[in-house]
Amino acid sequence: MEKTVRFRARLSDGIANIKLMIFHEMETGYRKDKNSGEIIPQHFIHTVHVDKNNERVLEVHWSRSVSKNPYLNFMVPGAQTGDTITVTWFDNKGFSGDGSVELK
Amino acid sequence: MSLLQSTERREFLRSAFAIVGTLIVTPSHSSDWDQIAYNKTRIVDSIKSVGIDDFSNIVDGSDLIELNTPEIAENGAIVPITIQSQIPQTERIFVFSEKNPQPLVSDYVFSTKVTPYVASRIKMAETSYVHVLVLAEGKFYRTAKEVKVTIGGCGEE
Repeated sequence: MEKTVRFRARLSDGIANIKLMIFHEMETGYRKDKNSGEIIPQHFIHTVHVDKNNERVLEVHWSRSVSKNPYLNFMVPGAQTGDTITVTWFDNKGFSGDGSVELK
Repeated sequence: MSLLQSTERREFLRSAFAIVGTLIVTPSHSSDWDQIAYNKTRIVDSIKSVGIDDFSNIVDGSDLIELNTPEIAENGAIVPITIQSQIPQTERIFVFSEKNPQPLVSDYVFSTKVTPYVASRIKMAETSYVHVLVLAEGKFYRTAKEVKVTIGGCGEE
């Protein structure tokens, strides 16, 4: 399966600083196809779940107003080496994807 | 018999009110994507729909919420935004771009296991205020910053 989430994670003084990017068009539904002139239908991630070792720690709701290939940065205190951060996204067309990173 | 009936009636009313109460309270605490709120087209309606009936109940949070946005955004399609809340028990952060076709941009539901901090990138249709609401212990706090947008980012091309 194609990788849809890319992570950069840094653990320092027990705080995990997680930066990630999800590869997604995040179409507003307001753009027109340059060739056909047709409106490109809206297509966007509306929900992202963030879990630490299978426990939900953050829930994200997005809209068409979030930039293409969304970037997200958050902090997890009380983290340690070996903890796993998992991210699962869901979009308005019923697609979803996930990715995880183990803290080092 | 009539006493029983009236007790029953009272019980029924009480539970009916309890249900209504639940319905009123639920939207702001629901952690599902709220389609109604996200589809509102006027900033006042967007703000109301996240659970605010009376704007005068919103507390000025400009000293407690650190909102970082660029003063000028050359490209409205990519406007970096960073929010850090110093308000204890921050449960939720809402982000609005006042003049977007649908002003509610995003919201974040925080557990106690993450810092009430978030950074992302948003689209802005034109120069306007970015409003941030923080929900903590049932109270809403607000801050805002203006971003001057050179080229709008909602894709009219």
